[in-house]
Amino acid sequence: MLWVDKYRPRTLDKIIAHEEIAQNLKKLVSEHDCPHLLFYGPTGSGKKTLVMALLKQMFGPGVEKVKLENKMWKIDAGTRTIELELTMLSSTHHVEMNPSDAGFQDRYIVQEIIKEMARNRPVDTKGKKGFKVLVLNEVDKLSREAQHSLRRTMEKYSASCRLILCCNSSSKVTEAVRSRCLNIRVNAPTEEQIIKVLEFIGKKENLQLPPGLTARIAAQSNRNLRRAILSFETCRVQQYPFTINQALPPLDWEQYVSEIASDIMKEQSPKRLFSVRGKIYELLVNCIPPEIILKKLLSELLKKLDSELKHEVCHWAAYYEHRMRLGQKAIFHIEAFVANQSLVQMEPVSSFDHLKDSLCASFSRISYV
Amino acid sequence: MAPVVQSSQPWVEKYRPRQVKDVAHQDEVVRVLTNTLETANCPHMLFYGPPGTGKTTTALAISHQLFGPELYKSRVLELNASDDRGINVVRTKIKDFAAVAVGSGSRQGYPCPPYKIIILDEADSMTEDAQNALRRTMETYSKVTRFFFICNYISRIIEPLASRCAKFRFKPLSEGIMSSRILHICGEEGLTLDSEALSTLSSISQGDLRRAITYLQSAARLFGSSITSKDLISVSGVIPQEVVEAVFAACKSGDFDVANKEVNNVIAEGYPVSQMLYQLLEVIINNDDISDEQKARICKKLGEADKCLIDGADEYLQLMYVASHTIRALCDMPEELHFD
Repeated sequence: MLWVDKYRPRTLDKIIAHEEIAQNLKKLVSEHDCPHLLFYGPTGSGKKTLVMALLKQMFGPGVEKVKLENKMWKIDAGTRTIELELTMLSSTHHVEMNPSDAGFQDRYIVQEIIKEMARNRPVDTKGKKGFKVLVLNEVDKLSREAQHSLRRTMEKYSASCRLILCCNSSSKVTEAVRSRCLNIRVNAPTEEQIIKVLEFIGKKENLQLPPGLTARIAAQSNRNLRRAILSFETCRVQQYPFTINQALPPLDWEQYVSEIASDIMKEQSPKRLFSVRGKIYELLVNCIPPEIILKKLLSELLKKLDSELKHEVCHWAAYYEHRMRLGQKAIFHIEAFVANQSLVQMEPVSSFDHLKDSLCASFSRISYV
Repeated sequence: MAPVVQSSQPWVEKYRPRQVKDVAHQDEVVRVLTNTLETANCPHMLFYGPPGTGKTTTALAISHQLFGPELYKSRVLELNASDDRGINVVRTKIKDFAAVAVGSGSRQGYPCPPYKIIILDEADSMTEDAQNALRRTMETYSKVTRFFFICNYISRIIEPLASRCAKFRFKPLSEGIMSSRILHICGEEGLTLDSEALSTLSSISQGDLRRAITYLQSAARLFGSSITSKDLISVSGVIPQEVVEAVFAACKSGDFDVANKEVNNVIAEGYPVSQMLYQLLEVIINNDDISDEQKARICKKLGEADKCLIDGADEYLQLMYVASHTIRALCDMPEELHFD
């Protein structure tokens, strides 16, 4: 088992990084009163771990016996029937799903499936009415209609069903939904907390830790605990016993992006643009999300540019990322960003217009390749 | 560890006014509706106003008071955005319900007028087609059916519907009214709230009573019966003022890397950027060291970033965009980029 899973805290008491939140959640459970919850925070900060620990605190070990279902739903939407396939993870007490998987049809999931589930009230062995917990992931990716549909469901069936929503950015969740939940901000663990966790794992695994190694891993992890633990384990596999100067394995794609950044910096020509295009395609076919590529590219470029140009590149990164979100094909926008960046750097050169022409020409050529 | 027993309902539901006369701060509406109760005569109605001002509450209260618990189910149809309200539903469900004729005759002290009520909550999320389909239905069955539309934005209700209704605007609640309701709930629930917390609560909820009550309940659940203003801020998702000031100070320093670090920190701490933009705006507007022109430049960028966030753009990049342009504005760098 990976260390990430092996050392995932199972109960609220064992949580190291978010002790305060865990204590508050415990208080909620002990007061027998649990509102709808909205967990938000960056990736790898421990939202899911908190949710699972909370469920265990509520229902006991029963929640860990989960089964994975892949169900087909037939939804009657007036004139036509819509078939939706949805993967759900469920135990006797809770159901977990990812409603945004349905894409533009997510509204039907919220209106029909979630409502259906919320309506059925579980009854425990003593005949007492309990309630069910629905865990919805990535609510920030739900469409606006779906979120609107959610709000009344949350009020109407609050007696039989509690929703736990997870998302990365609460800006994308509508105010109406947010105001119906107890919002819990899960911040990314600080580097000290990550070091603490890594040392804890090291002790459990009986490893000899050279001074400074955990600190370096924590610094490289970008405050992402999951990533820190994974790279810690990679280190262990690569070389043990650890040495003081042990190289930390960088992520392949990050290295690749940093290569792209230096390519852009080195030479600004249509030819270079073409080769960069190939590299970006490579990243995209390997399923690196385009906005992450763009963000990484920005941070690499920021390291290399002087302060005047930093404003410029930052402006355009935001501009093209927004366009990417509205558009269809990510490659156009990333490439436009790269081309634009080349132009920005070329600008003091007098042959600016000439370059612009040749870039345009190469664009029209490329798009037919 | 037994399963949690379902306990109290949300306070928002618990303290929802049951009678029209209890609705706070909306005197005009209350006056008209009390009159309705006496004469049992009522027009189609359109309630609009910001969230948490009592629109749904009023509509539900008047229907309950008109029909009483017994007839309520058969006389009132409540539809909201969680129900499908496409054009098909308007043509079938609503029309069928509207067409049924009912008798009059009061029962058990309720007026029970000879018509039914259809409440369309969150009507601004109905499609235009569906609204158009309603026009004729409203007129044809006006003898036996009254429509109550409830919406936040009156501009999203098509004109022909709006002109068939008596319009009522619900105002945001004033601080005084809000405080008295909150104190009433605190008294009922046995909470202690100092005056600082009370004023914090009314400022963060911005006239939205539902939000204020939700915050209050959340805070009570997490922090027990005595609540300070810090507790309220932590449950409300408002960003602590220090954090906002830190970002602003970083922008003021004029150093791009300092600002970048601060922005990264904000993202890692998980603060919602839309809220950040809003609070940044407050800081910038209230700052006296900045010239009006600089303020205008920054506000323009804040607006653009907010729009992008609504479109689903990345939070880090947008905040960085605002930070970068704020630096440029504060250092009087030219507004236009070299390459535009």
